[in-house]
Amino acid sequence: MNSKEITTQISKAADFLNLKKWDYGASFSNDYSVQVDKGEAKQLKASQKQILTIRVWNQSNLVGITTTSDISESGIKKALKQANIASDFGNKNETTEFSPLANDPIKVKEVKKRNPVGIKKLLTVLREAEVKLLESHESIKSVPYNGLSESFFERVYANSEGAFRSYSKSQAALYLYARAEEKNKKPRSSGSVKLGYGADDIDIESCIKEASNKTISHLNYSSIKTDKYLICFSPESFLTIINAFSSMFNARSIIDGVSLSNKNSIGEKLSTEALNIYDDGLHEKNISSTPFDGEGTPTKRLCLIKRGRIENFIHSESTARIFKTTPTGHAGLGSKVSVSPDWIVVEKSDENFDLKTSLDHSTYEGEFVYIEELNAIHAGVRASQGSFSLPFDGWLYKNGKKISIESATVAGDIKYLLKNIVNIESSQEVTTSGISPHIWVDELSITGDA
Amino acid sequence: MLSSQIKSNEIVFGSCNKDLLEEIIFYGIGLGADFVEIFIENTDNSSVLAEEDFITSVSPSFGRGAGIRIFKGKKDGFVSTNDLTKHGLMRSVSQAIEMLDITDNKREVFNGLNKHRDYSLYKKKWINEVPSINEISEKLLVSTKSLKKNNKILTRKGSYSRNLQEVIIASSDGTYVSDIRLHQTVGLNVIASDAQYRSSGSRRFGSSGMPNEFRLWDHEKAANDVFESSMNMLYADYVDAGQMPVILANKFGGVIFHEACGHLLETTQIERGTTPFENKLNEKIAHESVTAIDEGISEGSFGSLSVDDEGMEPEKSVLIKDGILKKFISDRAGELRTGHKRTGSGRRQNYSFAAASRMRNTYIANGEHSKEDLISSISEGLYCKSMGGGSVGATGQFNFAVEEGYLIKNGKLTSPVKGATLIGEAKEVMPKISMCGNDLELAPGFCGSISGSVNVTVGQPHIKVDSITVGGR
Repeated sequence: MNSKEITTQISKAADFLNLKKWDYGASFSNDYSVQVDKGEAKQLKASQKQILTIRVWNQSNLVGITTTSDISESGIKKALKQANIASDFGNKNETTEFSPLANDPIKVKEVKKRNPVGIKKLLTVLREAEVKLLESHESIKSVPYNGLSESFFERVYANSEGAFRSYSKSQAALYLYARAEEKNKKPRSSGSVKLGYGADDIDIESCIKEASNKTISHLNYSSIKTDKYLICFSPESFLTIINAFSSMFNARSIIDGVSLSNKNSIGEKLSTEALNIYDDGLHEKNISSTPFDGEGTPTKRLCLIKRGRIENFIHSESTARIFKTTPTGHAGLGSKVSVSPDWIVVEKSDENFDLKTSLDHSTYEGEFVYIEELNAIHAGVRASQGSFSLPFDGWLYKNGKKISIESATVAGDIKYLLKNIVNIESSQEVTTSGISPHIWVDELSITGDA
Repeated sequence: MLSSQIKSNEIVFGSCNKDLLEEIIFYGIGLGADFVEIFIENTDNSSVLAEEDFITSVSPSFGRGAGIRIFKGKKDGFVSTNDLTKHGLMRSVSQAIEMLDITDNKREVFNGLNKHRDYSLYKKKWINEVPSINEISEKLLVSTKSLKKNNKILTRKGSYSRNLQEVIIASSDGTYVSDIRLHQTVGLNVIASDAQYRSSGSRRFGSSGMPNEFRLWDHEKAANDVFESSMNMLYADYVDAGQMPVILANKFGGVIFHEACGHLLETTQIERGTTPFENKLNEKIAHESVTAIDEGISEGSFGSLSVDDEGMEPEKSVLIKDGILKKFISDRAGELRTGHKRTGSGRRQNYSFAAASRMRNTYIANGEHSKEDLISSISEGLYCKSMGGGSVGATGQFNFAVEEGYLIKNGKLTSPVKGATLIGEAKEVMPKISMCGNDLELAPGFCGSISGSVNVTVGQPHIKVDSITVGGR
């Protein structure tokens, strides 16, 4: 059944059940992936998936929902019936409506949808990548985590008032995670992930090089003394922190009382005036972009922090109505609609203000800790309290030397971290979750074994 | 005639599908597969969320799908689909065969499926015995109301989810089983706030195969626990970082063993070469006070199974006996690739994942000490009453957040502390578990790994670790 037929089926079944108001979101995907082990194919996977989420409004305008992978005529009827039953329990205190922007034009990036290259080619490419990575350094003994995949999706949103959107795209991903071993030392591991619109678009050589360099750079390691340090966050690690505390900009979290912000926080100063943060799902470098959200609202660029102050919150239809604004294109589709950022862009504003511009990760000669990657975010972040305590991979720069840090955590408070930003480097780097320059923060606690 | 044709051309739950399944397996074997496995599921789930004094979300879902796995030598091809027709399943077999590039003429023998083993016989009534949405909503609202014990409670939430999964498993070694699995879980959590201070408290409860369990859940006791935890932690200071002895409480304290050691005893880790215990069978890897078990048979426990996702009944596996490594947790691919016998531990989140060796109910066995013995043995350290989540890195290093912690001074519990993280490596920490209490209890959880998120139980008595790195401020 294609998306037009699904819409027709839902419309017919809704009429039969006397449901006047409904919407749905559907996704269809075909995924192919390979893993290898020392030159041999290990697991080859293919999957065909379809998911349909239907919302209905009953006569009291309360919403019910059901999700199913059974997109047959009988499956659709059953889903509508279940959603109708669920609507009896709809939230009377916070109603949901169609997005007022569900019919607005959407911006679709001009990216050609790639054709599948096929499992055999994926396997050949991954085998070669594994060999090259193993040959890149004698200490790299294995690539225990690896994979190359390509996926083809279609997403659809439609409602009973005639809104209909669909979008199809392709995406490929390569990850290589190497393990290095040297005598009388602990094994060290690191890796790299690269995305592309298709398998042929992925920069395989740079993925190999990055995985190799990162892994090898951790071979000479040492414990670090527990203390407060000047920290340089890599673009990736700073984006990790911002995403982990994105509830500060999330209207849903504010309404639910689990955000550090409140309804009156627009304009609150969080950081140096040199800091700007945007959410920009349609950014040209965002491989995973989609032109509309779960409620059919167009995706758009939104400023979250301007010159160090909170500028906007991200919204769904219902949170926007409560805040007397418009939806921002960040909603899911659920019984209780979730809100989340798409792709964070961090930048330095046009003036340096109070920044210590001599702090540059490639030239600075003083002592500092470079945090390359933060781990275990789900365990170490208390978003509602603002605190974090996270293990990380990184290096201590001291006396002109760079030593990998063994088993340490960085801990602090997000508001303290933002207030203590002492430099934002000029050059931005593209990562899989957004764009950011290197960010310097003074006086953060690090716990180590030394 | 028409009706029988329809049945023979599509999987129908609750009917005999033997002919169709055999036809598909014969097809795969005929194309050169060494082994063919078909996993088919039908799910009926629902979840309810109560916030403050209102139901804010009711989310039913249902679906069906099949996962087909073909082995050739030690490699495997896995295809998943929502199409349960004969045509759809055959196409998936062909796709897996094609992916594996099978060209040789060697043909395995398939003697047909064994007599159907139906583990679902007494379980078919479960769907009618589980509480209705109405009943669930009423109890959740009473629970969230119970959390409102003073004006420092900022948010109150209660959540319930029920997953009913009907499965059919058939494979070319003759395996032909069906089962129904029921999992229910309920959680409460609060955020407390007073001026600049904030804390949270949460507890989760879960069961498998017990439709009445939610009705029996003591929500008052749960609400008291959650409330007390949040109040105790509201004004807590940050812990000072450093090396110190710690005591991990029973129940969910077992998450550290699960994450830091249990995963390293799964054969998937041997296949990857990422476990330090690979060649340590029958060697001492832990303190002699430690005996650890993984099993799928405790009645009602969240990780229990009648049959695993590869059609094998789960066994009780003693992983570590008095500090000596005795066994690895293995599935079909693990046995094929590492030689360790299957333990009934082949598990997957759903049809779209290939099964892998996964833990079930995993716990450290009782020792001989009381909780007080353990605390009084420490002059300065940390008592971790409630653990948050954690993770284990690719080289075995772990870290876990302590949700509720107390300082130990001169053998006594003193002030609450927040922000603690336990950091270490299983290989180094296991020999430092020097005392085990006599108060083993289990706690439900979800474990995410190679074959998706599966229900598990973790557990232990109170245990003492002589020295571990505690991250803080």
